[in-house]
Amino acid sequence: MSDIAESDDRISAEGSRDLKRSLNRALRAQKMRALMLIAPLLIFILVTFIAPIVDMLFRSVENEIVSDTLPRTVLALDDWEYTSGETPSEAVFAALYYDLFVAAELKEHTRLGSRLNYETTGISSLFRKSGRRVDRFDTDIYADQFTALDPAWGEPATWTMMSEALDDDPDALPETASALEGWHHLLKVERDDPATEAPADILFTALYRDLSAGAPGLNDGDLAAMTATARQAVDGFETVSIRDQFVDVDDSWLDPEIWGTIKAYAPKYTIGYFLKSVDYQLTPEGIEKQPEDQQIYIRLFVRTLVMSLTIMVSCIVLGYPVAFLLANLPMRYSNVLMILVLLPFWTSLLVRTSAWKVLLQNQGVINDILVWLHIVSESGRLALINNQTGTIIAMTHILLPFMILPLYSVMQTIPPTYMRAAKSLGATDWTAFWRVYFPQSVPGIGAGSILVFILAIGYYITPELVGGTSGIFISNRIAYHISSSLNWGLAAALGSILLVAVLMLYWAYDRIVGIDNVKLG
Amino acid sequence: MTLKNVLLASSAIALIAAPLAAQDMADSMTIVSWGGAYQNSQLKAYVEPYQEANPDVSVTWDESSNEAVAKLRAMDEAGNVTWDLVDVVASDAIRLCDEGLAMEYDPDELLAPAEDGTPASEDFGDMLVSDCFIPQIVYSTTVGYRTDMVPEGTDPPTDICALFDLDTYPGQRALEKRPINNMEWALYCDGVAKDDIYDVLETEEGQDRAFAKLDTIKDDTVWWSAGADTPQLLADGEVFMGSTYNGRLFSVIEEQDQPVAMLWDMQVFDLDGWIIPANLPEDRLARVKDFVKKETTTQALADQAKYISYGPARSSSAPLVGKHDELGIEMAQHMPTDPANAKNTLLYNYEWWADYRDDLDAKFQAWLTR
Amino acid sequence: MSALPTYASTGQKIWYYGFRVICGLVFFFLIAPIITIIPLSFNAENFFTFTPGMLALDPEAYSLKHYQDFFTNSDWQQALKNSVTIAPMATIISVGLGTLAAIGLSQSHVPFRRAIMAILISPMIVPLIISAAGMYFFYSRVGLQGTYLGVVLAHAALGIPFVIITVTATLVGFDHSLTRAAANMGAGPVRTFFKVQMPLILPGVISGGLFAFITSFDEVVVVLFVGSASQKTLPWQMFIGLREQISPTILAVATILVVFSIALLTAVELLRRRSERIRGVSPR
Repeated sequence: MSDIAESDDRISAEGSRDLKRSLNRALRAQKMRALMLIAPLLIFILVTFIAPIVDMLFRSVENEIVSDTLPRTVLALDDWEYTSGETPSEAVFAALYYDLFVAAELKEHTRLGSRLNYETTGISSLFRKSGRRVDRFDTDIYADQFTALDPAWGEPATWTMMSEALDDDPDALPETASALEGWHHLLKVERDDPATEAPADILFTALYRDLSAGAPGLNDGDLAAMTATARQAVDGFETVSIRDQFVDVDDSWLDPEIWGTIKAYAPKYTIGYFLKSVDYQLTPEGIEKQPEDQQIYIRLFVRTLVMSLTIMVSCIVLGYPVAFLLANLPMRYSNVLMILVLLPFWTSLLVRTSAWKVLLQNQGVINDILVWLHIVSESGRLALINNQTGTIIAMTHILLPFMILPLYSVMQTIPPTYMRAAKSLGATDWTAFWRVYFPQSVPGIGAGSILVFILAIGYYITPELVGGTSGIFISNRIAYHISSSLNWGLAAALGSILLVAVLMLYWAYDRIVGIDNVKLG
Repeated sequence: MTLKNVLLASSAIALIAAPLAAQDMADSMTIVSWGGAYQNSQLKAYVEPYQEANPDVSVTWDESSNEAVAKLRAMDEAGNVTWDLVDVVASDAIRLCDEGLAMEYDPDELLAPAEDGTPASEDFGDMLVSDCFIPQIVYSTTVGYRTDMVPEGTDPPTDICALFDLDTYPGQRALEKRPINNMEWALYCDGVAKDDIYDVLETEEGQDRAFAKLDTIKDDTVWWSAGADTPQLLADGEVFMGSTYNGRLFSVIEEQDQPVAMLWDMQVFDLDGWIIPANLPEDRLARVKDFVKKETTTQALADQAKYISYGPARSSSAPLVGKHDELGIEMAQHMPTDPANAKNTLLYNYEWWADYRDDLDAKFQAWLTR
Repeated sequence: MSALPTYASTGQKIWYYGFRVICGLVFFFLIAPIITIIPLSFNAENFFTFTPGMLALDPEAYSLKHYQDFFTNSDWQQALKNSVTIAPMATIISVGLGTLAAIGLSQSHVPFRRAIMAILISPMIVPLIISAAGMYFFYSRVGLQGTYLGVVLAHAALGIPFVIITVTATLVGFDHSLTRAAANMGAGPVRTFFKVQMPLILPGVISGGLFAFITSFDEVVVVLFVGSASQKTLPWQMFIGLREQISPTILAVATILVVFSIALLTAVELLRRRSERIRGVSPR
């Protein structure tokens, strides 16, 4: 008996396990099917949209240009402190000489100059001038003296051998190894053959500096003998100060500020752009507030928020009655009126903005009518454009449909019987509306508001055309930095901050309203 | 192989080779310019004659000169430059050349000599401000005003400082939304000698001084960013005076017949010309070089002045400047370089602005938003 | 809001009419710019200005030259051609992928639904300038910048949120027992989809498609960055026009587009009525 009962138990346990399993399987299959349907679009959006955005945001911290263009200088500056208040040593200047020589040949120095000019004025021309002169420094006397000592020094083959020898033991002649590395990088990019290119002055300069500083030198091979001979001779060489050569081009090289800037921006990643975005700056001394006359971004962020809020509120004020009317009219009327709402929605943004220009300007239609009606005097024409008023009017117009449509779809679902019930219980029209109808329409206001706000905060064409100087948004500065000043890092940092603000709003929206509850038309 | 065969074979090669040489040039070009009347003048003076001579060449226009530096830089990052010839202002050409995005060239090799044999490098002379820049025109930024809005009993303005004189000439101003030109004019009208302007502007006090001068008209100024803005504002009577390019004013005054007049005082000279993007493929480069050689001759540059009032960059072109294509008026007197117009001028200082642009721009924008 | 009852008090009457006047003003605000551009597009001069002649209704002050310019100028024609090729292609991609995904999202057990939804909606909420700049850099790197494909993909991405929103909205009211019934009767999933589901969600799909279409058709920021001269669309040409040579041709184009929009809107309205007939929801 007990056997049977036991087996029964087992069977039912197995059965329920089977059922669970098959239910699970069904659920999994259902999940899979849903995911399969979503996957193509998800991949599409990830590749065509999310990847570009992430890539763009990455530029806000990326700062490889300094260490890529001036690798030796950055390294040499490790031993230098801005706070010492002194100009760096000859070794740093030598490192800069090698770097700048290579960069100038590759035309990379001016791009770095423009990059650092964002931080310290004058670096742009300093780099341009120095780059133009760097291959004509007086360091050619080293080349002359080495080749006079042994003509083999002038042969490309000697330096090819040198490079091979130093590959194994770079510490033998450290600066020469480093200069040779730069030289070969240059030849590789220019697709020149190292076996035929005459050695550049930087190689001789580096060799001289190594030998006179007592670097260990090579141990065996022909080169060892050659360097040994040269080591004997260098003490008698005529010398040139690289530092003086640079100062000769421009005495700004004596300014610790320049070196401090290079050092401050040497790391591969920088918070400099983000600091700029909030009106701070990274200086050689550390993080400082921007001088008063350059503070702009916080002001613009605040303005963008305040104006977007204003636009949102005006959209609620104008949109609510219209949505109420549309929702309560018979369908055949409301649909005709709906066309009036949708028509501007589907008319080119550019055209609507230009139309507002024609309407709002000083000699424009609205002012003309007001003067004609004697509401304002000829001299008292209202300033409706090229200021915040212009932006608010034009953007309220452009975003109003985004308020009306969600409001309308929510209001359509509110049964008219509720209001009637309230009234039959003795409520006045106002009380019935305010206590019964309005609370039910709040989700619509929420949906419309956040939609309008999110769209407003990122606008840039309309403020650009009608906003003048007081009505522009942060997006206008982002656009400016992308296409005019070419400060892409700053644009990315400003964009990241804006994006985070928008995402936070979206998150709040999804929490409060739910993105599924948005209806358009 | 007999001699006859050799001859046959070589003539066959010659026959094949001849069309091959022509095929080495790409048969399409993307030319980047500014759009509007200026691009139209290039179409009429350069592209149409060239296409007449080379009927199978097609030209696509891209109105991206405004963003040329940004776009070329992005194209270069991507290693896919789609432009063949780019019209830019001199300061952008210098920037592009500096960054290695524009091709360096030898003027005497690429450009045709003047008709009297003067080599191109001499004929263009000082206009060759960069190793990559192929100058086309000299233009100026200057000021226009509504003649019907000059207060009664007052003489029309004759000097630039009328911009800052709200008492004599009340009304709105239109100025460009960037520090360049505005800062110079402000200092000049604040009593700084012309030659000292950039020295003064280099100092903190000098910059404050310029901003203080601009402050006096800030509330009465509309700031423009597109070349078409000031002409529209003047035509609407929205502003009394405004700065813009001299060619725009010519068009408003002579072609559109609006009640507008212009000042030449303290006009700021600037240059505009072509650059060829660096590292173009061989066939495209060959086509562009051919185009540039033929369409920057003395006559070609003089022809452009038939359609727009900008001065040709070759000195040998000046005497050839004739009448306007449609209006039939003599163009020479409308050139910014005409001696009568060029009594008091300022040359835009490229080097200086390359350094101070970022800094002053940040200050200028902060000043604007305040 | 039904008609005013006969027993309404004076206050109610004032409110009733006052409210309608307010709404009328808002409607006027909505279409004022459109009313403005139509007469200006017939301006005989090359500026956006109501000339004294126009106000005096002088026939001399009006002309069709800007319309003529639009139809004869090769730049505008090229732009029109590009717009009418790029927008439909982008729409097809958005609608195709968007509808499938919306159906997937409407199933009852979707893992990470919130996160997926956020990603799919993101093209609508990310500020346009950021999207444009990001796509510009990224597409440049992969060789899509300045190609038709690049512009189409970018526009398709921008249109997708609209398709997702409208189609999910129609699916909310969708009775899943209908698909089960179809499956019970032996219809395969594909057949069920086309015969049962599709006709019911079609209005949502079409309205989402129209939004996607207009998004692409009216988009200027992204195309300015991602496109190049050979992909210039109508908004691009308008933007250049506003910047470089203010010409009422832009207004003529706008007027033509307004007429086109009215036609589209009428089509949508007719479709909507039809869908309601099919669903058996009687109009109030």
